[in-house]
Order: sequence, then C-alpha cells, then structure tokens
Amino acid sequence: MAGDCHGMIDRRELLTAGGASLLVCALPGSALARPSLAEAVAGFTGGAPVQTGRVTLTIPPLVENGNAVGVNLAVESPMTAADHVRRIALFNEKNPQPDIAIFTLGPRTGRARIATRIRLATSQTVVAVAEMSDGSYWSSSASVIVTLAACIEDLS
Amino acid sequence: MTRALVNVPKTAKRGDVIDVRAMIAHPMETGYRMGPNGVPIPRDIITRFECLYDGEIVFAAEFFPAMSANPFISFSTVATASGTLTFRWTDDAGKVETATAEIAVS
Amino acid sequence: MRARWPALGLALLAGGVAAGEIGPSERRSGRDFMSAETRAMQADDNSNPGMLWVLQGEQLWSDPAGSKNLSCASCHGEATESMKGVAARYPAFDDASGKPIDLAGRIARCRTERQGAEIPAREGDELVALTTYVAHQSRGLPVAPPADERLAPARAEGRRLFETRMGQLDLACASCHDDNWQGRLGGSAVTQAHPTGYPIYRLEWQAVGSLQRRMRGCMVGVRAEPFAYGSDAYVALEAYLMSRAAGMAMETPGVRP
Repeated sequence: MAGDCHGMIDRRELLTAGGASLLVCALPGSALARPSLAEAVAGFTGGAPVQTGRVTLTIPPLVENGNAVGVNLAVESPMTAADHVRRIALFNEKNPQPDIAIFTLGPRTGRARIATRIRLATSQTVVAVAEMSDGSYWSSSASVIVTLAACIEDLS
Repeated sequence: MTRALVNVPKTAKRGDVIDVRAMIAHPMETGYRMGPNGVPIPRDIITRFECLYDGEIVFAAEFFPAMSANPFISFSTVATASGTLTFRWTDDAGKVETATAEIAVS
Repeated sequence: MRARWPALGLALLAGGVAAGEIGPSERRSGRDFMSAETRAMQADDNSNPGMLWVLQGEQLWSDPAGSKNLSCASCHGEATESMKGVAARYPAFDDASGKPIDLAGRIARCRTERQGAEIPAREGDELVALTTYVAHQSRGLPVAPPADERLAPARAEGRRLFETRMGQLDLACASCHDDNWQGRLGGSAVTQAHPTGYPIYRLEWQAVGSLQRRMRGCMVGVRAEPFAYGSDAYVALEAYLMSRAAGMAMETPGVRP
C-alpha cells in the first residue's frame, strides 16, 4: 500500500485503508527512504575498501540530550604535504539523513584532531571515515545511548 | 548581527600546532520538525564553514542538519606567520557571516 | 494519582528521601546533577553556547535604542561594574508598581520608559540576551535576596505555589524538587530547582531561555495551564526560589540538558 502512494487508489481502498496511507504519502520522501549507513559510507568512499583503524572516534556512551552530543575525532597521521588526512566524514545510523559533517583538512591543519557537537535523534551507531592523501580509507564507529527527556514541552 | 565566538592563541612560535575553536549562533533548523499546528518548519542551516589563515583555507567543513544548533567546532592549524585568521560560515540562503582573530607568531 | 504514574511511562525512583524543605547543607546546584560532558560545556566560555547570548547582550548594552536614542550604557556605564551582583538580588521590590519585579521585567521597563523603545517580547532574543548579559555580571557571586520586608508576601505566595499540586498529574513543584530531588524522572535527574544558572542554555531548547520558560516547561509537563510570562505568580515563584537558594553561587549562563 505504502509503495502505491502515487498510483491509483480507488475510493473503497482509500476508505478501508483509512488515513494511514495518506499520512505515509505526506511524509517527506527522504525520511522514508534514507540511505543506510553502509550506503552513505560507500557514497563517500566511492566504493573503495574501508579499513578499521587509525581513526579514534570518542563519544560518551550515554548522553543526556540528543541535541548536542560531544564528538571527538583523531586520526593518526603526520599531516605532512606527502602524507596527510584529506577529509573526515561523520555518519549516523538512524537520523532522518545519514550525513552529519565532512571536514576538509590538509598539511596546514597541523594535526588531525577535531571536536564538535552533533544531533542524534535516538540511540544509534555513529561512524567516522577518514580519507588519506594516499587514497586509503580508515574508519571507527561508536554506539551511543540517547536518553529522552521525561517531560514533553510544547513548542512556543 | 553576527554572533560568533572564536578562540585563537594571541601568540605562538613559528611551526607550533595551535588549537582553534569557533562557535556561531544559528538555529540549524533541520527541516524535519513540525511547528505548532503541524506546520513544517523550513530548513535553515549553515552548510559550509571555512577557516582562512592569511587568505588560504587551512580547514573547512560541510555541515548537514545533524550538526547541533549554534555549531561548535574545534580544530588545529600550524602557526606560520603573524596575521589574521578569518572564519566564514555560509548558510542555505548563501548568506555569509565572518569573524576574525589576530595571531602574533615569533 | 501515584498509581497512575507507571501507566504514563513516568517513574520517580525515590530513594527513601524524607519529604520537605532541603536543609542548607544539602543544597546542590543543578550543575552537580549533570553529566561530566554537560558540566564541561558550561565550564569553558569558549564552548558554552550561552556565551553567544552574553555576547549579543554586550552588543545590545551599548547600542542606542528607542525614541530617546539612549543605550543601557548611556545611564549605567560599564555593565561589568554597574551590574555586578544586580541579578543576584532580583526579584526586587518595584516602587513604581508597588510590587516585586523580576530582572527581565526591570530591563523591559528600562527599554520602554527610559529609552522609549517598544516593549521587548518576553523570551524574545533581545530581552533574553540583555538579561543573560546582566545576570552574567553576577557569575560567581552569591545569590543575595534583598532584606526587604515588602518582598515577604511574594516569597510566601511563591512558596505556596511551589507546594500546590496542579495539573492533570496533580503534582506540585515540591513533589519533585523538595521530596524526590535525589531521584530520576525517566533518564533525567530531578534536581533541587535552584535558579542559580538563569537564563540558561538548555540543550532541549537549543537556545538560552529564562527561569519562567523553564517553569512553564514543568507546568506543561504536569499538564497544568501555565501562567502568563511576567505574571505575579511567576515573579512570586522566582522570589521564593531565589530566597531558597540564598548564598549559592550564580552561574549564568548555566548549561542544562
């Protein structure tokens, strides 16, 4: 049914299915069909193999609020003109879209160490992938438990 | 009014790797939220951040809605010469906000 | 009512805490209940997002405003001097209206009467930023409620409201913040409700907001009809909470989940 959103729906089907299928249709497509974590990583690497290691991704295992989760990234690299980290991408498993940020570094960055704050909609895995100047890819992942506020608050 | 806080050491020795921090006031509205009465709140995020050292980009980032509101970023750069670090944030509408900091390198 | 909580998915895990007011030696800032990460975010001015509002307030302080083209600085000079300790003494008694006034209300009054500007919106960026900037000048100083007998009725009313059950969940502020402050509500620490960090940067809001906004959140949480911003009821609650926190250090801008 959900796959038929834009197809023909007769009146009886509409009535028996109730509002559910209409609601599904009304949701932004991207929220339903987000690429998986693996697809997102492959999009970044162009399908090149990704090795585990050299990247250290530090996130608290349990956070009080998913709106600002502290992330620390470090990549083992001399950061010279000949051998440095070109890019580091951060991806998530369960937000409405998998991308978080892509950092561009170079020899003038001096050190491949970054700290930032990200949003996590729910408990999930976060992956960091580093692209080196030799074209190799390295990654690390971390699982985070996001606790939700006990009290709801209206918007305003 | 740009509300940005940048932190760069005032002095450094040539060749030192220095820590740089930058934070700007921005809602980073994801586009995935509903406002009162179920009206979707349009997306409004900073998509690009750049740090230039005497005009050359030494660090840059592409941001997505999963970056926190009031985005904070900490990174490094090599102190090469006395000069200006310029921080540049560009949003969905193409609006650019900037902040600068001076460094004296000996 | 108590039996209904589990059905609503709420669990107050009280560890055999005696009910009633918190003794002076037991008082703890909300900061002490937070994770190390959130505490670190507050402690470093370069990473505390509340400092962005302090910065905005600093700019607004010296920007001429209103029909009289006066800035706050035109009368008060350097806020770092003139506003030191001021927020720690609010709410104060306001002679003009004959009742207590909170800091944001006082600033709004200055905006309209002294500067000839429009009434700034409660929880609007301008008033929140100015209040945060002024309160920041008291950071590290003890909460110092004025020894003004005219504030006594408001403090008593605030205490009465604090201890009055309200809303569909039939909870008083005191049900959590006096009687169960050592517990957790879901994943969140309950805390003792000391207003030492206000206005705070709340991760939930992704912005800085006032103590009244925080109280509004609690009222909505217990399914009560919130008071109006700036109402006597909120000012009375503020007056009571500040007297309850007398002597504790101001932290503005605090960071809380």
